[in-house]
Amino acid sequence: MIRSTLLLAATGLLLSACALSPLRGTGDLGVVVERTTGSVQIIESDTRTALARLEGFGDLSHASVVFSRDQRYAYVFGRDGGLSKIDLLTQRIDHRVIQGGNSIGGAISQDGKLIAVSNYVPGGVKVFDAVTLQQVADIPATPLADGSKRSRVVGLVDAPGQRFVFSLFDTGEIWTADFSQGSTPRISRFTGIGQQPYDALITPDGRYYMAGLFGEDGMAQLDLWHPERGVQRVLGDYGRGQAKLPVYKMPHLEGWAVADNQAFVPAVGRHQVLVMDSRTWQQTAAIPVAGQPVFVTSRPDGRQLWVNFAYPDNDRVQVIDTETRAVVADLRPGPAVLHMEFTARGDQLWLSLRDGDQVQVWDPYSLKQLSTLPATAPSGIFFSSRAQKMGY
Amino acid sequence: MMVHRHAVVLAALLLFCATSVAAPNAKRQAQLEHLLAQDCGACHGLHMTGGLGPDLTRATLAGKSRDSLIATVTQGRPGTAMPGWAPLLSPDDIRWLVDLLLQGYPAP
Repeated sequence: MIRSTLLLAATGLLLSACALSPLRGTGDLGVVVERTTGSVQIIESDTRTALARLEGFGDLSHASVVFSRDQRYAYVFGRDGGLSKIDLLTQRIDHRVIQGGNSIGGAISQDGKLIAVSNYVPGGVKVFDAVTLQQVADIPATPLADGSKRSRVVGLVDAPGQRFVFSLFDTGEIWTADFSQGSTPRISRFTGIGQQPYDALITPDGRYYMAGLFGEDGMAQLDLWHPERGVQRVLGDYGRGQAKLPVYKMPHLEGWAVADNQAFVPAVGRHQVLVMDSRTWQQTAAIPVAGQPVFVTSRPDGRQLWVNFAYPDNDRVQVIDTETRAVVADLRPGPAVLHMEFTARGDQLWLSLRDGDQVQVWDPYSLKQLSTLPATAPSGIFFSSRAQKMGY
Repeated sequence: MMVHRHAVVLAALLLFCATSVAAPNAKRQAQLEHLLAQDCGACHGLHMTGGLGPDLTRATLAGKSRDSLIATVTQGRPGTAMPGWAPLLSPDDIRWLVDLLLQGYPAP
């Protein structure tokens, strides 16, 4: 009797707690991946605080995140093939499936209804219903010549027209998968695009898909307005050059900065950020920087770029003025800066310090550090505003 | 058969002794282990189960020559994304890392 009274009281309290919890949006929320513990923090940029920490995401040693178009749900792609859907409002894992053995990234379709995941093992792309995470389509990649396995898939992005575009690392291909006619995709294959495409990006307007090549110099470019023209080779000088410098961390092409008809990309191996004319795709300059760049991230207003580096220069961040191409700040945030993320309007920059076990928030105009948040070996930082951007 | 197995164990012990003479100190070992998990792990997986790079579990490496593994780490592997680590790591560092992998990392 006493017990049931207590239970009733507790239920009542819970109910009133629910009723009292204020309505809120999710536009200023984001997530931070904690790579060694397989956990994710939900963060709020407005207050620069962590709201919750969720566990049970498996191996997040290489993880990426996309958001539902209502910005309520975050989809986390883990290294071990885990695909998890987080509810940012209830702060729970809403759904989770193990969809592959070894995966590298994902994308959400233009209409927000499909989630695509690119896999190393088994090589290919799998596509899921964004609500239920039920599998909708399986797109196996080209088998390798010896028949042992299929090509690993990298550089998966969403594209206008309900398409996904991705690259096949081992067989040197770019494929587009068109889901505009339903859940059976129309696949277009572009072969012989270059050796070892390792990552790719899509320009902010969704027109050009560009894959960086590791096995040779240059970039493979597909004009999605004119796929009938095939894949073109651009930026002939982009790459490791004749010396084939060792590359201690693959540069990431996501967040590729385009400002004032100039595009800025991390060089491969060389201590340079390369500048090219985004109308002709010819290289126009090379900016010397502190190490091998990993991310070249543009402040949303395009005036400055933040650049981080591979080991052993990963304790530094340099800021470049896009107009003068000068390095205007040489920052030492701490050990192992892995990722940088701007708020949508660029009033804050968040960066992760893997070996410093913290996330830092910077004012990207005064170049002053505003706050720090504890995190366990943080890697990727993703704000929900990505939901509204193509290629994210 | 038995004798052979003893010989292998003895050889392994000798090898272990030989390497431990020049082994990096405890602090350096901790740095190297961190490097292995975090930076090597970026391609080979946090648990060495593979990614862009091949998996480096004890079972996969079993039977592979220690010298050729050391050469791969030192010089890199042409035609792949594997860089040579000689500019950043000493020969002792590299030997110690290869032995750690051969013993199985992460420890079961």
